Amino acid sequence: MHAIVQPSTKPLTSNPSTTIRSALQEPLWLKITLIAIALGFIFLFLCLPLLIVLFHAFAKGVGAYWEAILQPDTLAAIKLTLLTALVTVPANTLFGIAAAWAITRFEFRGKSLLTTLIDLPFSVSPVISGVIFVLLFGMQGYFGEWLRDHDIKIVFAIPGIILATLFVTFPFVARQLIPLMQEMGNEEEEAALSLGASSWKMFFKVTLPNIKWALLYGVLLCNARAMGEFGAVSVVSGHIRGLTNTLPLHVEVSYNDYQTVGAFASASILAGLAVVTLVLKTLLEWKQGNR
Amino acid sequence: MKSINFISYKQIIFALVALLMASTQALAERTILNVSYDPTRELYKEYNPLFIKHWQEKTKETVEVQQSHAGSGKQSRAVIDGLEADVVTLALAYDVDQLYKQARLIPENWQTLLPNNSSPYTSTIVFIVRKGNSKQIKDWSDLVKDGVSIVTPNPKTSGGARWNYLAAWAYALKHNNNSEDAAKAFIGKLFKNAAVLDTGARGSTTSFVERGIGDVLITWENEAYLVLKEFGADKYEVVTPSFSILAEPPVTVVEKVAKKNGNEDIAKEYLSYLYSKEAQDIIGKNFYRPSDKDIAAKYAQQFPQLELITIAELGGWNEAQKKHFADDGVFDQIYTGGK
Amino acid sequence: MSQSQIMPGFRPALGFTLVYLSLIVLIPLSTLVFKSFQLSWDDYLRIIGSKRVLASFRVSFGSALIAAAIASVFGVIVAWVMVRYSFFGRKFFDAIIDLPFALPTAVAGIVLATIFQPTGVLGKFLLDTFGIQVAFKPLGIVIALIFISIPFVVRTLEPVLLEFDTTMEEAAASMGASRWQIFTKVIFPNIFPALLTAFALSFSRSVGEYGSVIFIAGNLPFVSEIVPLLIVTKLEQYEIEGATAIALTMLLISFLFLFLINLLQLWTHKRSGQL
Repeated sequence: MHAIVQPSTKPLTSNPSTTIRSALQEPLWLKITLIAIALGFIFLFLCLPLLIVLFHAFAKGVGAYWEAILQPDTLAAIKLTLLTALVTVPANTLFGIAAAWAITRFEFRGKSLLTTLIDLPFSVSPVISGVIFVLLFGMQGYFGEWLRDHDIKIVFAIPGIILATLFVTFPFVARQLIPLMQEMGNEEEEAALSLGASSWKMFFKVTLPNIKWALLYGVLLCNARAMGEFGAVSVVSGHIRGLTNTLPLHVEVSYNDYQTVGAFASASILAGLAVVTLVLKTLLEWKQGNR
Repeated sequence: MKSINFISYKQIIFALVALLMASTQALAERTILNVSYDPTRELYKEYNPLFIKHWQEKTKETVEVQQSHAGSGKQSRAVIDGLEADVVTLALAYDVDQLYKQARLIPENWQTLLPNNSSPYTSTIVFIVRKGNSKQIKDWSDLVKDGVSIVTPNPKTSGGARWNYLAAWAYALKHNNNSEDAAKAFIGKLFKNAAVLDTGARGSTTSFVERGIGDVLITWENEAYLVLKEFGADKYEVVTPSFSILAEPPVTVVEKVAKKNGNEDIAKEYLSYLYSKEAQDIIGKNFYRPSDKDIAAKYAQQFPQLELITIAELGGWNEAQKKHFADDGVFDQIYTGGK
Repeated sequence: MSQSQIMPGFRPALGFTLVYLSLIVLIPLSTLVFKSFQLSWDDYLRIIGSKRVLASFRVSFGSALIAAAIASVFGVIVAWVMVRYSFFGRKFFDAIIDLPFALPTAVAGIVLATIFQPTGVLGKFLLDTFGIQVAFKPLGIVIALIFISIPFVVRTLEPVLLEFDTTMEEAAASMGASRWQIFTKVIFPNIFPALLTAFALSFSRSVGEYGSVIFIAGNLPFVSEIVPLLIVTKLEQYEIEGATAIALTMLLISFLFLFLINLLQLWTHKRSGQL
């Protein structure tokens, strides 16, 4: 462990005696131990899994890796995953903005209940999130017969996958925006309005610039979950190869086909996506901090 | 500099679009969906091209066959809930029966519509052990010994596991003068030795082979030989017990769906062609026992002879399901947790 | 806020919010309630009270509790190290903490199982050295849930530690308190509400977790079978009512937890005087 231990990032203003100094800082050995524990923990639980994915994905060489990625079923899974994200992320973003606007700019009865209900999908087990759509739109479900008579497919088809994903990624954007807009207050917006700006102009010139980083942050998290959801999608997918398998489901399918390289190659795309998400997230936090 | 960037950007987009297009392939005129259980992946991967060629020769039409694989019970459930399968090829008749019972998707007499109880291939239940067979496992009675660690899927969720369970049950009855109490005790001991209960047959194979769990895996004969082929005969041995069950994985056209999709002709031919010599050869090659006499003879040396009991002799699936696997059935009574 | 007359867009924004919320969340979830109503109270109690269901609740809640506790302990250390110390690579390690948010749970499950299986990198070491098997034992579930829980704990604690007023420490030090006393008497009580929130957040997320757990749990009924798996199992056995009864119970418990978290957050804000 080559950690370079430096004094606390917050230097003290006073010039305390040695006893006080020792009461304000941990002894060096303790610092090193704590850093070692923290980094060891992070390495074992977070870095190692990423390394393992790469190790298995490239276990049989770069050629085998690309062959696995370029398989029609893998490409179809990538396409479906992108499509799902393309529909769900904008929809939930729009919702997030509307909900945050209503909740933070107005007073109305049942506001705190509404806030809790928006958070609800977070605490619903992903499996249940899938099951409810089968109960609703499956052949034995409430709308099953009607849908069949009108030849509309929802569950075990792409709409079902999108609905389940919409459900599990529902709160992400709203959750980022609500606390921020609450804190912001609406003085600037009022000023814009009193200066004669139209509602839309006020939104695009005043509100949006203020919330853009938090908004992007929410979109990013929403996107990561939309592309990576497994439990809920697994229930409504029907697992038709090349048609209703998303990338996370394709990982499972390839794994069960004894195609270790294929499974980990698909997993590496998702892991890569996760890393990109983390990098963007760090950038956004930095931007937000400099706001 | 700017123009170079622009070109490469365009090229990337172009490459991405081309990749996506490539995956859509040439559109076939009609598509059928075969909803199947876990271990048949390799079989149908090989059979589908053969059938597509056959149909092309017969009708000059290009068809596409889509596959979906998961645990047999889960697949049956999905078809009942609206997964539009033109044909189902599942692990046991009970799961297919539900398509009639729960949703009237197929006629009641579905099992009489194709030869051999609608089973174009059969299999049985055998064991796989690690090379050397250090625990000396030769027969079912060796599985209940102390210190033997077993891998089998959960009979509640896996079709294959129900065959495993019933084979053990029949063996215990046979060796205990048909005493059900003794059989219950035997099965109870057997499941006490279970180290993992995966939800499907393929999950169990993964646990045993890739994760190194357990001394013995109870599984389909076809799955066992597939393991030898995929992971090396130098690492595993197949142990065929003295007695087992004749597993008949049935197939049927999901009439209501196929009719609605206008695919009845393809679906019917898809299944009856499974009984042809060419298809039976693929079946034998994939370690299923062919129903065709000549092809069966060709692969005879591949399958050891053993005494097989049929599900009919055990009272049929409906009775077995009710007695053993329903809530509070025998399995729930004997299974009260691991070690 | 009397400004509600001035600010535009109340009706469309709230209208859209309510319609969308109803369509995507409330109506689908209400099917669970309706389906469960088809059961009599006795049937419901019989299903929920059955030994296997109770055992799965014990496994799910027990392992979520243990995982949240372990994640809290390590989370405090990690958050402390990230906020208070500077060392080479701190930014990198701090960024990677969010990995479980971004990595699909199925990938996490397969990878963790690969690492901790008896032939895996760590699994082999643990088995050979300590004779502990992790994967396919209840311990495997705990490992997967710790993975899920880490970012919840660290990300809840970091801002609180960052905003913690160091003059309080200085005051205590000038009064002759030792470092240990300062930590236990000054710092810890101040981060405790946030720690509770973090604990509750990771607990409620862990209880419902499916994707990462099924790959690493042995799925043995009574021993390592989690509630979501049991719901799936029941569904596959055509027991829709049974499945919905369990799902609804879980939903109610989750809702209760969410409510509790919101209360805790309110309390935390009041205590630390933020917002």
